[in-house]
Amino acid sequence: MNIKVFDGWQNKSLEQVFEICRELVEDPDYPPVRRWREAGGKVVGHFQVYFPEEIAHAAGMLPVKIRGASVEPRQAEARFGSYLCSILKTSLELALSQRLTLDIFVSHPICDAARNLAAVWGRNMSYPCQILYLPQNANSAHAAAYLRDEYDRLRRELEAIAGHEVGEADLRKSIVVFNENRRWIRELYRLKREKPWLVSADEAYVLLAAGGMIPREEHNELLQAVLPQIEARPAHPQDRIRVVFEGGFCEQPPLDLLRTISQFCYLVDDDLLIGLRWIQEDVPQEGDPLQNLADAYLERSTYSPVQHDLRKPKERMLLERMQAAGAKAAIIAAAKMCEPGLDEQVAYSKALDEQGIPYFVSEFEENMSSFDHLEIQLETFVESLLFA
Amino acid sequence: MTDATGQNGIVGRGNRDGAQLFREWFQDLSNAAQDGRPAAYVFVMGSLAELLRVFDLPVVFPEINSLQTAVRRVADEYLNAAEDYGYSPDICGYVKADVALQLRGGEHPMGRVPKPALAVYTNACNTYIKWAEIWERMYGIPVFTLDVPGSRSAGGQTWPGDPQFEADRRYVEGQIRELIELCERVSGKKFDIDRLRETMGHANSMSRDWQRVLEWNRSTPSVFNALTDGTIFLGVSNALRGTEQGSQYFRDLVEEMEYKARLAIGTQREEKYRLIFVGVPCYPIFRRFNEMFTESGGAFVSSTYLWFASGGTDLGYQYSLERPLESLAEGVLINVRHAMDSMFFQDRVLAEMVQSYRVDGVVYHPIKSCRTVSSGLADNRRALLATTDVACLFIESDMMDKRVVSEAQLKNRIDAFFEGLASRKRVAAVGASS
Repeated sequence: MNIKVFDGWQNKSLEQVFEICRELVEDPDYPPVRRWREAGGKVVGHFQVYFPEEIAHAAGMLPVKIRGASVEPRQAEARFGSYLCSILKTSLELALSQRLTLDIFVSHPICDAARNLAAVWGRNMSYPCQILYLPQNANSAHAAAYLRDEYDRLRRELEAIAGHEVGEADLRKSIVVFNENRRWIRELYRLKREKPWLVSADEAYVLLAAGGMIPREEHNELLQAVLPQIEARPAHPQDRIRVVFEGGFCEQPPLDLLRTISQFCYLVDDDLLIGLRWIQEDVPQEGDPLQNLADAYLERSTYSPVQHDLRKPKERMLLERMQAAGAKAAIIAAAKMCEPGLDEQVAYSKALDEQGIPYFVSEFEENMSSFDHLEIQLETFVESLLFA
Repeated sequence: MTDATGQNGIVGRGNRDGAQLFREWFQDLSNAAQDGRPAAYVFVMGSLAELLRVFDLPVVFPEINSLQTAVRRVADEYLNAAEDYGYSPDICGYVKADVALQLRGGEHPMGRVPKPALAVYTNACNTYIKWAEIWERMYGIPVFTLDVPGSRSAGGQTWPGDPQFEADRRYVEGQIRELIELCERVSGKKFDIDRLRETMGHANSMSRDWQRVLEWNRSTPSVFNALTDGTIFLGVSNALRGTEQGSQYFRDLVEEMEYKARLAIGTQREEKYRLIFVGVPCYPIFRRFNEMFTESGGAFVSSTYLWFASGGTDLGYQYSLERPLESLAEGVLINVRHAMDSMFFQDRVLAEMVQSYRVDGVVYHPIKSCRTVSSGLADNRRALLATTDVACLFIESDMMDKRVVSEAQLKNRIDAFFEGLASRKRVAAVGASS
């Protein structure tokens, strides 16, 4: 579809663009999705962490990343038990409260709680809800062929909803769009690593997160316009600790938490919304596009606590991420009740202890509203490093 | 004492023999630990015991080790040790008990657990994967994820012959062949397909009889308690899958259940209410938890636990011994998928069972420790209530951590549930007589 769903940021100052993006990212009513639907477009909602959005895009549908929201899960609470992370409940609440209307919902079994989500969603919504089984044996020689078949199954499902065929040419065009998007996101993260005084953690985050809510062409346009403006900011480096934030692969910390971190540290890399930059290189345009996407998922990708790959021990990957970003310390966070995140905190802590790298362990919840305690702890942590 | 128990010892034989076999199995593991023989660590949902036995690898079920610490009321020692090591109070209690067990060198209230030489697990529970990563870090052992694609949506299962099923089966078969190579390397033993046929034959016999045992509980009165007796049967079905001993045990068990059904020998003096249990038992107060139901005449006639914790073998799937590897892949795919379905999509099956097992109530027991089983239960209950008029009880506690088990609160809720069931019966009786 050739319509603009995210407008009003053009010809605005950089600070105004950040404010517009912030409002977009924090708006649980997903205005761009509404505009897309009002224009007759179809929408694919996909839960964290990674989803091959190119396939939805090739079908002419809008892929929307579902990552929880700042809403009270009044209706969703009744659908879940206790001891659950917040993102599951608030994501379902978006659908139950009709803030977000979809044509299909797709999740994949990233964790024990999320694997229940498609079933719960399906019992409560009339549109198709299904699980995309991304391979969990990334080291099998058969994983890529299996994943190609699974992507093909998804393609057929989306064709039925879109009402037209999705051919190889469509997929190739989408891969071009998403390759460009990945390049801009890599550029954003290069800025974070190399000149973190130019863009704060929360500013970079809203720019990234907007991509999960709007057509990727519009996101490309936004990043293309904004990144040079960031680079041209007249800011100077300050004496701040360079840290990596780990633990934002699924449930997202509130923006105020990122702001709090930015008060004391330069956040030079992170795993926030890691699915949007899961694939780290361009996906080839020649050959079978579905196979290329499958290969890229397995072979040219980053890491997260919800993917086991013998080639990517998480603690080694964290150390590499820190080294690449020149980070001196780590914030090892986990969303409350997030089992993979909490499990990984132990492994990360032991590895950092072994290397003598300082770290700060914390838990968060997307809807937490008090940061005083965190602020004091973080300040103490930073001071202990600065004045050690 | 009746003729049955006196002459043949047939009534209660399953529990007696099951407990004995289980002790012997654990003793074998202790011996392996004593001799320094390594073992294969596996899980109940897709253990691949049929295959691992071909390589003479003793199979260790960490889930069973962990639940035994709760049943034997020492789980808190293990949980505390793991939390001191750094693990959160909010993760799976089984994992934490195992971490502590490993830190204690395998020391367990039933004996000693051997160290792993490899770990084999499916994706039926994501925590299996995270758990294996712990052993990978602790021991540097190979770990193998047998990835089994589950149902993509409710009622969306595909079957042999369907292109999607065949694609999934090919993927599982390819992984099984990779696993065989790994087992050869770890054990130093060559793969013997005839031995696989033998273990698969035993597994066939056990699966067929396990299905029969479960079906015998359609009888009135029910012939075994799905919560307590069922857990003993499950222990044998997992520990001795693929063995002659195990298949003989289930042959005997079918005989016992047939016998009890024929003579209408139930599990209690008066079976007032027939119940289905959904979830994982409350092991920290296992006996008392059960009594809170039986004291009021409640009889557990079935349980989703008996489906998923047997790795879906309740389906009775029969391997073809003519084409063992292809069939093993097909069977693992169908069974493990069924185990997953019985956690995520069980509402339709339960609705059918309410009729076929003449059920009065469904008891949902989500637990803090297990999000795989528990996260969707509230919604499953809503879906069941939308299609049937069965009474439901929803109570939360834990399978390991007595800090989140409140016996008094459970008792209040359970008593109120039975009052409701009694009231329903009275109303139904009045309706029938008017």
